[in-house]
Amino acid sequence: MTAFIIRRFLQAVLVMLVVVAIAFLMFRFVGDPINQMVGLETTTEEREALRERLGLNDPIIVQFANFVWNAAQFNFGISYQFKQPVSGMILERLPATLELSIVSAIFALLVGMPMGVYTGIRRNHWMSKLFLTVSLVGISLPPFLIGILLIYIFAVYLQILPSFGRGQVVDLGFWTTGFLTASGLKALILPAITLALYQLTLIMRLVRAEMLEVLRTDYVKFARARGLSERAINFGHALKNTLIPVITVTGLQLGSIIAFAIITETVFQWPGMGLLFLQSVQNVDIPIMAAYLMLIAFLFVVINLVVDLLYTVVDPRVRIDGGAPI
Amino acid sequence: MTTGPETRAEFLSRPHGFATRMLDSDILHSFKQSKLTMLAALVTFIFIFGAAFAPWVAPHNPFDLASLNLLDSLLPPAWEEGGDPRFLLGTDDQGRDILSGIIYGTRASLAVGFASVIFAATLGISLGLMSGYFGGTFGTVIMRIADIQLTFPAILIALLIDGTVHGIFDNVTRADTAYWVLILSIGLSFWVQYARTVRASTLVERNKEYVQAARLIGIPPFLIMLRHVLPNVMGPVLVIGTINLALAIILEATLSFLGVGLPPTQPSLGTLIDIGQDFLFSGEWWITIFPGLALAILVLAVNLLGDWLRDALNPKLR
Repeated sequence: MTAFIIRRFLQAVLVMLVVVAIAFLMFRFVGDPINQMVGLETTTEEREALRERLGLNDPIIVQFANFVWNAAQFNFGISYQFKQPVSGMILERLPATLELSIVSAIFALLVGMPMGVYTGIRRNHWMSKLFLTVSLVGISLPPFLIGILLIYIFAVYLQILPSFGRGQVVDLGFWTTGFLTASGLKALILPAITLALYQLTLIMRLVRAEMLEVLRTDYVKFARARGLSERAINFGHALKNTLIPVITVTGLQLGSIIAFAIITETVFQWPGMGLLFLQSVQNVDIPIMAAYLMLIAFLFVVINLVVDLLYTVVDPRVRIDGGAPI
Repeated sequence: MTTGPETRAEFLSRPHGFATRMLDSDILHSFKQSKLTMLAALVTFIFIFGAAFAPWVAPHNPFDLASLNLLDSLLPPAWEEGGDPRFLLGTDDQGRDILSGIIYGTRASLAVGFASVIFAATLGISLGLMSGYFGGTFGTVIMRIADIQLTFPAILIALLIDGTVHGIFDNVTRADTAYWVLILSIGLSFWVQYARTVRASTLVERNKEYVQAARLIGIPPFLIMLRHVLPNVMGPVLVIGTINLALAIILEATLSFLGVGLPPTQPSLGTLIDIGQDFLFSGEWWITIFPGLALAILVLAVNLLGDWLRDALNPKLR
């Protein structure tokens, strides 16, 4: 068990090192950092001085060590385009993305699970067939198209919800929140639905498949034979046992929700990290790209690690052979 | 059809060419069984046909500036009030026909989709074959890279590659290289699945007798992989390829929509949707909704084909 945890941890560290190395290569070798930082009128001597001061003449291994050290201290350098520290820009936009992602994840769970349970229990009801058909269409529609359709229906045609921005936000000093104002909450609805829809269909299909599996097992048959109510069987026995994979998948999906927020934030001009990242890709603003890559990677690695460790606690079978290979 | 074991004469009289053998196969049989699959195939065929012969199929040429007339701009679809029968699905702000735009846009979307799937498959199959056949450190390293990449969503990887390539070649304009950068970034974000599947099958095939026999008579490893192992691992690759085509089309549309894909001078469906989005607020819904609808129908049809192919090639489900 301890060996398993240590090995998992080392793997996570290795993945992070690879990602940081990629970020470093991007930062150091994609375009010349000095050319991006200075104006056209800067003389060669000034450029060389800046190069020396930033340590770009040091041996590459020293530069990499410095890069890792700075990144560990949340120092990602200065944006080429905005001439501001990248870490500050990201921190400023972090609340918007996190609020959107968490609301979407909760929404996807709250709607997807009951739909999955329903389609699992009443397999042949017309509502189940409707849910499944809609979910197939939902998977085929790219998220940005869903966003545009929602904007057209609710913002342009019905004019009841805003189509862009975060509405009014309350500044709590370290965090800006849209939860406390009516316009902030209204602005959250459409982006959250757009972002949640794909995860919702995923959760629904997963819960349905798990329910069908569990309902076939002996202990459910036995519960029926004992004359327990349908309600007790479905929710007390069956649903409980589908929860482990559902929680795992949702946890793993949380990372991709934050990554997919890039698309949603662009459609709704939501002032989050994703929008910042997209602008940096369009402007080849490497420090922001590198920082975003490292942050997202860190998030993924931590989520994966936590889910893996939780799994060993919840499901003892994983422990026997030291866990599945990654 | 006679029952009982086939005689030698019957076997020899059976069709043996590739095309005729296909006509006699299980796959075609299961294809004929499913009406939905046939519809999906028909829709996909119409899209591919329209895209391939766009200059002859499209009613107008949206790139011929001489034929554009600003008096025709922002016309609604033909059946709406104020519509013009010449422009079935309406026109955009430059007077370009939406239907023709969709046909040319599908051409760009499908071209990028097919090319990136072929690129991803070639890369993934080669790496998977080698990693499975030779094994050892090389195989492990490839698979570890695949694992790491698999943790990240394809869209993120494609965006990063796109940004990096434009950073390296910053003296070249986006329009010139857009196609190649797109194919590279989409292809590189999809190779993992092929590599993993092919490696898993290769690990099994490697120890079978026919491979050992081939090795014994001195066929070089490269030829064994290409002629003997590859044909036996192609089934799952075809399924992944079809499903990936749908994903690649979505990814291309998303990148174009985000403004890092194909430029408005050579629009794909995603670019058209992006351009049309601005007109949504002034009520010209047809400029963005119709390309969006085309994209959704195309992806749905390809997805259905992929689902059918997966079931048809999986003997366990029969």
